[in-house]
Amino acid sequence: MALETGVVAPEFGLLATPDQKVALSEFDGPVVLIFYPADWSPVCSDELSVFSAASRLFHARGAQLLGISVDGPWCHEVFKEQRKVAFPLLADCNPKGEVAKAYGVYREDDGTSERALFVIDRDGKVAWSEVSPVGVNPGADGALRAVEALS
Amino acid sequence: MSERALLSVPVGPEDHSRGPLDAKLTVVEYGDYQCPYCGQAYPIVEKLMTTFADSMRLLFRNLPLADVHPHAEAAAEVAEAVGLQGKFWEIHDTLFENQRDLSAAALLRYVADVGADVKEATKEIADGGPRQRVEADFESAIRSGANGTPTFFVNGVRYDGSWQYEPFAEYLTQLPDGS
Repeated sequence: MALETGVVAPEFGLLATPDQKVALSEFDGPVVLIFYPADWSPVCSDELSVFSAASRLFHARGAQLLGISVDGPWCHEVFKEQRKVAFPLLADCNPKGEVAKAYGVYREDDGTSERALFVIDRDGKVAWSEVSPVGVNPGADGALRAVEALS
Repeated sequence: MSERALLSVPVGPEDHSRGPLDAKLTVVEYGDYQCPYCGQAYPIVEKLMTTFADSMRLLFRNLPLADVHPHAEAAAEVAEAVGLQGKFWEIHDTLFENQRDLSAAALLRYVADVGADVKEATKEIADGGPRQRVEADFESAIRSGANGTPTFFVNGVRYDGSWQYEPFAEYLTQLPDGS
């Protein structure tokens, strides 16, 4: 069960590159967490391309986009370069899926995460979330509306 | 389960439209001239327009994914500039039929090929109107929940099925408003 609106978003520190960690608490403005099952899968690639293209609409409202999957930082690095992803991709790989579990979106059966979006407000609380069927790319409209509702 | 994604900007007189205005099926395509999937969808959409000639209206809006398709924005602006001269669908078809070369020189050649005024189109682009239009389309796409290229909206609701001919045609046929 994904974390509900209003609860404090669990803090994390995850590698964004092979040698650089990113913590949730580093960000002052709203944060959009984009949990996706895996680098390279067709639906995930489209989803991240759409969020990348839309990133200026989020940045204009002071929001930071962060992608998260259980892939390692080296895998993320190549995927990010190849697909021109315009925001950090965090490696939830050590221990595997720890952050996905904390947010209630880990998939025990195949060891990946749900396709889930969380908008975290300035106070570090979950302001909005959406879990999509793994095969359905949600688009960026819901997260954008949620970010706009915060300002 | 996520809610159904709905077209955020209704179809209006500004839209590029083909097919009967009172069609029962209104299909809005958000597309990218450099996207290979949009290129694959192009002849399929043409075939649907033939099959549903009396009942389907097609509208095209721009969703250039510039990070992965570096020529997509320029191509979209050229299409809009030529559209101002009343030849949108001619350039639209030409761009999809010549997806492999969307370089700046090629784009100008296509403008001339469809019989549009190259100088005028170039001036419109320099003045920024086409760019504004493409950006407005882009934002409407994101706000509608477009989730890749191409994304189709049928009668205002995002179509999440396959856009291969058979499943798409079957979907359109079984809609309550379909023919």
